[in-house]
Amino acid sequence: MSILIDKNSRIVTQGITGNTGAFHTKNCLEYAFGRDCFVAGVTPGKGGQQVEGVPVFNSVAEAKQETGVNVSVIYVPPPFAAAAIDEAIEAEMDVVICITEGVPVKDMILTRYKMQTSKTILVGPNCPGVITPDEIKIGIMPGYIHKKGPIGVVSRSGTLTYEVVDQLTKLGLGQSSCVGIGGDPVNGLKHLDVVKMFNDDPETEGVVMCGEIGGTDEEECAAWIKDNMKKPVVGFIAGVTAPPGKRMGHAGAIIAGGKGTASEKIAALEYAGVGVTKNPADIGVLMKKALG
Amino acid sequence: MKIHEYQGKDIYRKFGVTTSRGVACFSVDEAVAATETLGGDVWVVKAQIHAGGRGKGGGVKVARSKDEVKQIASEIMGMHLVTHQTGPEGQEVKRLLVEEGADIAKEYYVGIVVDRSSQRVTMMVSAEGGVDIEEVAASHPEKIHKASVDPIQGLTRDQAKDLATKISLPDAAVDQASELLMALYNAFWETDASLAEVNPLVLTGDNKVVALDAKFNFDDNALFRQAEIKELRDLDEEDPNEIEASKYGLSYISLDGDIGCLVNGAGLAMATMDIIKLYGSEPANFLDVGGGATTEQVTEAFKIMLTNKNLKAILVNIFGGIMRCDVIAEGLVNAAREVSLNVPLVVRLEGTNVKKGREILVNSEIDIIGATTMADAAEKVVAAAKGVH
Repeated sequence: MSILIDKNSRIVTQGITGNTGAFHTKNCLEYAFGRDCFVAGVTPGKGGQQVEGVPVFNSVAEAKQETGVNVSVIYVPPPFAAAAIDEAIEAEMDVVICITEGVPVKDMILTRYKMQTSKTILVGPNCPGVITPDEIKIGIMPGYIHKKGPIGVVSRSGTLTYEVVDQLTKLGLGQSSCVGIGGDPVNGLKHLDVVKMFNDDPETEGVVMCGEIGGTDEEECAAWIKDNMKKPVVGFIAGVTAPPGKRMGHAGAIIAGGKGTASEKIAALEYAGVGVTKNPADIGVLMKKALG
Repeated sequence: MKIHEYQGKDIYRKFGVTTSRGVACFSVDEAVAATETLGGDVWVVKAQIHAGGRGKGGGVKVARSKDEVKQIASEIMGMHLVTHQTGPEGQEVKRLLVEEGADIAKEYYVGIVVDRSSQRVTMMVSAEGGVDIEEVAASHPEKIHKASVDPIQGLTRDQAKDLATKISLPDAAVDQASELLMALYNAFWETDASLAEVNPLVLTGDNKVVALDAKFNFDDNALFRQAEIKELRDLDEEDPNEIEASKYGLSYISLDGDIGCLVNGAGLAMATMDIIKLYGSEPANFLDVGGGATTEQVTEAFKIMLTNKNLKAILVNIFGGIMRCDVIAEGLVNAAREVSLNVPLVVRLEGTNVKKGREILVNSEIDIIGATTMADAAEKVVAAAKGVH
């Protein structure tokens, strides 16, 4: 078991003919069962072509009809990314993973509004993607640092996730699934959604959550963990040293109106019984300890 | 992206938000001339800088004669205005806004933000205007009234009236205030703003509601379709290093410490700053080179960090994913050669092709302190900055 994706997922790459889409599709095809899982690509107007042996269609609906895809991954440029998400939702994909960085917030507000009646799960935008080690990798993370195992990882940031995964793997702790939820203020899955999924996943025995300054997603997740979580959770919050009012790279990583500071988040997590470290080099060790 | 108050008020006028009359001035003479254009016998001279808290810092003053306008304008123009948002060195005032005096009966607050929890836009109003709204939010949250806006309908008349009523505006002013709030929401939505604040919104003696201040932040990711907004950018208000960095696709923010850091990815960059502090020093900057750092980017990043006189050491922390460590190592060596580093350089590489990357660093003539883990790197760079080798 795993969450969101596994070797039975059938994936369509939206924006497959672009450099980024083609490059990462190639890497994903080469990972574990990727060759069986990546079965279609979409670029409007380029239907009939092939990229890395994957057939290209003009629309997600057409790709679904021809190949039975149920998961989409999006690499289209920012001005068109929200429309690509809308298209995947209209085609009733189970999961849509949007890698694109720099999508306007207004576009995402409208997309989230349209999603109210949809069952589709959105991950991202501005995220590294999702990986279920030794089965399927959808996104831009380096596959080889991962290893199959019992730890669920959820994070707002890309390279910080790699850092954590690398620590876990080197300590012999493999991962059930790793989910990058992205650093944008308006997006799909939040920490809480993913932590709930890990709680229900029989294969996951412990969870690492990496948060960062901005918003109150980590606090909301902490409140739920306190009363409901059956598995050990450890956490790290990036941005203890970030000054207020400055956007630290991610559109969502900003302390505004006195809200969203690292210390508030750390306090909320500790209150919920989450093991929090202030040392990003110790996250793996802390998880190992928490498992007992 | 931020803009000046006078530019924000131009946006107000375009969208039908009632605001005060004023003239933007770039010199003291222009400020004096503005009194003629505006007429009347009371004027307000307001420093135009991007930071808030201008009034408290002495950047907003009332004048009752032309001579007084001249005197106040001379004082404010060119001053280094210090507010709680500028830092101790302040921000040099290069533009003024001269406005007609307003007959203020009461002050209110209006703010519009993107609310992450509801994934919608929220409008907030309070009868406690003109003061530090963050304090009100912390001590009396019940005094701030909110409306979540449906993105298709926009702020409805009912919602606007409800907000106007909740802050106890007199009946005679409610209709006009509702129009103003709806127009303000439209201005926010149509310009891809990420924040809009009117502090204060005022009620005049004759029951008119007027937006006396204008603060806007815009979504940088949407500037590609907001050509008019993009033109309002004032580079004088931004940190030259941050501007230079953005030219090369680097995300850079100056901080007060003495250890420069160069990292790939925003989250890891923040974590690197945090671990420097944890080991007893302070970061000199936030610097995210992004996913595909090239030699040119790394070189520019070094140059920008080296302009900081406080800099005592540099920590490079790269987790190579798609980006290979050997490519990063080549870039580092070339960059270090080009800029002639005069501070210790600690490098921690991890990830794809890390062995090859470390070999390149070891075999280079550049004096590099290698590190394996983040903890190792932090310990070494803090020691190096303190002169302990």
